[in-house]
Amino acid sequence: MSSIMSLADLLAQKKSPIVKKWCEVVVQTYPEGGQSFLKTKKNQFSNPVGHTIAEGIESIYDELLKGAKSDKIPLSIDNILRVRAVQDFFPSRAVDFVFGLKKVIRKELGKEILKEGISEEWAEFESRIDDLALLSFDVYMQCRQKVFDIRVSAVKNQSHKLLKMAGLAYDLPENYESPDYEGGLKEGQTHLSE
Amino acid sequence: MPVDLKQKDVMGGHRKDEVLDIDHSPSFFKRGWMNTPVDILPSMHCFACEPARLKVVDFPNPRQWSVMDEDWKLPKDWNKIVMDAFGDRLDRFRTLKLFMDICVRCGACADKCHFFIGSADPKNMPVMRAELIRSVYRRNYTIAGKVFGKLAGARDLTYDVLKEWWYYLYQCSECRRCSVFCPYGIDTADITIIGRELTNLLGLNIDWIAAPVAFCYRTGNHLGIQPHAYKGMLEFFQDELEDVTGVRVEPSYNRKGAEVLFITPSGDVFADPGTFTCMGYMALFHELGIDITWSTYASEGGNFGLFTSHEMMKRLNSKMYLEAKRLGVKWILGGECGHMWRVINQYMATMNYDLTEGTKLETPVSPITGTRFENSSGTKMVHICEFTADLIRHGKLKLDPSRNDNLKVTYHDSCNPARAMGLMEEPRYVINNVCNHFYEMPPTTIREQTFCCGGGSGLNAGEDVELRMRGGLPRANAVRYVHDKYGVNMLSCICAIDRAVFPDLMKYWVPECEVTGVHEMVANAMVLEGEKKRTVDYRGEPLPGMEDAEDV
Repeated sequence: MSSIMSLADLLAQKKSPIVKKWCEVVVQTYPEGGQSFLKTKKNQFSNPVGHTIAEGIESIYDELLKGAKSDKIPLSIDNILRVRAVQDFFPSRAVDFVFGLKKVIRKELGKEILKEGISEEWAEFESRIDDLALLSFDVYMQCRQKVFDIRVSAVKNQSHKLLKMAGLAYDLPENYESPDYEGGLKEGQTHLSE
Repeated sequence: MPVDLKQKDVMGGHRKDEVLDIDHSPSFFKRGWMNTPVDILPSMHCFACEPARLKVVDFPNPRQWSVMDEDWKLPKDWNKIVMDAFGDRLDRFRTLKLFMDICVRCGACADKCHFFIGSADPKNMPVMRAELIRSVYRRNYTIAGKVFGKLAGARDLTYDVLKEWWYYLYQCSECRRCSVFCPYGIDTADITIIGRELTNLLGLNIDWIAAPVAFCYRTGNHLGIQPHAYKGMLEFFQDELEDVTGVRVEPSYNRKGAEVLFITPSGDVFADPGTFTCMGYMALFHELGIDITWSTYASEGGNFGLFTSHEMMKRLNSKMYLEAKRLGVKWILGGECGHMWRVINQYMATMNYDLTEGTKLETPVSPITGTRFENSSGTKMVHICEFTADLIRHGKLKLDPSRNDNLKVTYHDSCNPARAMGLMEEPRYVINNVCNHFYEMPPTTIREQTFCCGGGSGLNAGEDVELRMRGGLPRANAVRYVHDKYGVNMLSCICAIDRAVFPDLMKYWVPECEVTGVHEMVANAMVLEGEKKRTVDYRGEPLPGMEDAEDV
């Protein structure tokens, strides 16, 4: 191997095994009896979760190599975590796969990194992965928040409708105009005493 | 104050001993599925039923209990109750006996369930869900199972096994997609139905099913709406329709001597966006001037009895024929609903056939086109999509599809009309005649292969949102595809549960997409006799090109 290999070169060269193993890290968080299904079928419609994982992980890896500045990273992270946010995971378990990339790369490229003397590059890349983990947690929480919002709005809509039906609540019409009355606020006035 | 991570509720209900021992590869088959006890999680199940719901219909063992409690307060002889009833059903239902015996575990169904696809939980594979029950069958009814026990895939019905049954039986929406792929024709939904019957005998029902059953029995519909409130809602729609179209429609109620009785799910009357579909029916009937009446007694098309026991299904269904008899109608027209049509098409004409005696019911004939609906000669009941498709075919409706030009529509085949009665062409024919932009989802996600909304068979409660979000993932994923590719912004369907479930599902997965019933679009495109200049649709939204109209 050439002595002037950069980390980026190494990561690009080893993309295929690294992405494959990183996907496995994600898949292994699922119950064993369901893993083979997630791994073997990549059809977008018959296996949307497996497809989302495979496509998202590869896209995130490509973008990390390019410097992690693209909009594609939040999109891919959202695709993966939107699914995991409604599955049986602890929050930590839902986002943990991001750190799994460090382990995969260390295992795959650890010796080369030491040999090539590129540990500083590696440290910088690791911090990109840390940033990705933080982003993942934000996205995960947004998805959870959405679920909570859905719950709350369902209850609110239902109860409001019942109150309206029972004649206990009244909606202001859209074209509602405040009544004009003597002594009321004049234009620009904010307090009656002004 | 520091958070105690060992608090059960802090960690979302996971077992305490799991909290600090985060294992990323849960061992499922390492221990064998029989030795992996069920882990009941919040938000993945519906709440237990209130005892009053069961008492009103004489269901056994009513009591206050909670799914998350260790003790479900079962009757002392619960095991005997279940096993006796299981044996009874094996004798009564040859299908069950066959389905217990003939599965070769080929796995064709395994990856076809939306709950498995969305969760990767192996016990959500249809074959595994059935195996939960089949294992108990083997232990008690096969020689190999009696002699070799677990070696022969057999096990006893223990308390844990019962809980496992319950958890997964109420994570099946009885959509029957798996049955389409079974080379032996095993209908796993039938196994779920019998399994739920058995849990029902122990009072282990969910409130979202038991309450509609009780209300339907007592008041006539799932929501417990009394006749005056039912009429009140339709009067509200009359006003709304008049505001939008300038035409005053006048529905009639419980009118004796009418030619046709109309029955629709009560969700259409009380839950958006089904209400707009309901207004669509009203506009259609008015425009046709047909002799049709609504009933405040048979005010529910749906039948949650199907999710409790065959007997309750029959009992609740009986009101359709009894009301037809009381009013003396010639036939029944049915609205857009899902499992309602499974009950009608697959059960009603036989289980309640005796109730048609002494009625004036006959093979339905459209009063407008003269079409005789021979396919309904057994049930005497016509689906409104068949009825409307026939009207359009004969040029009896004046339609302006451009009024729906702001919509890019896709169509979700609601499971039961598609798989339980083969109603696939009529809705598409209607949609293609009332709007100009229609796009199909991928072939493996529609027609007989359609994916469930995730909320069928009584699972559309408020407390199991996550279950529905992941169960509805395969459907939403296909909607996302047509949204991204064609800009689809409207998901149409012909089921009241779909219309209740999809808005939330879309909010999570495809927020750019709204939900409609087919007859909302029909009514929107329909040019009514004497209507005013239309500027808004039935939702009060501007029609295409009318965005700046003064009265918007």
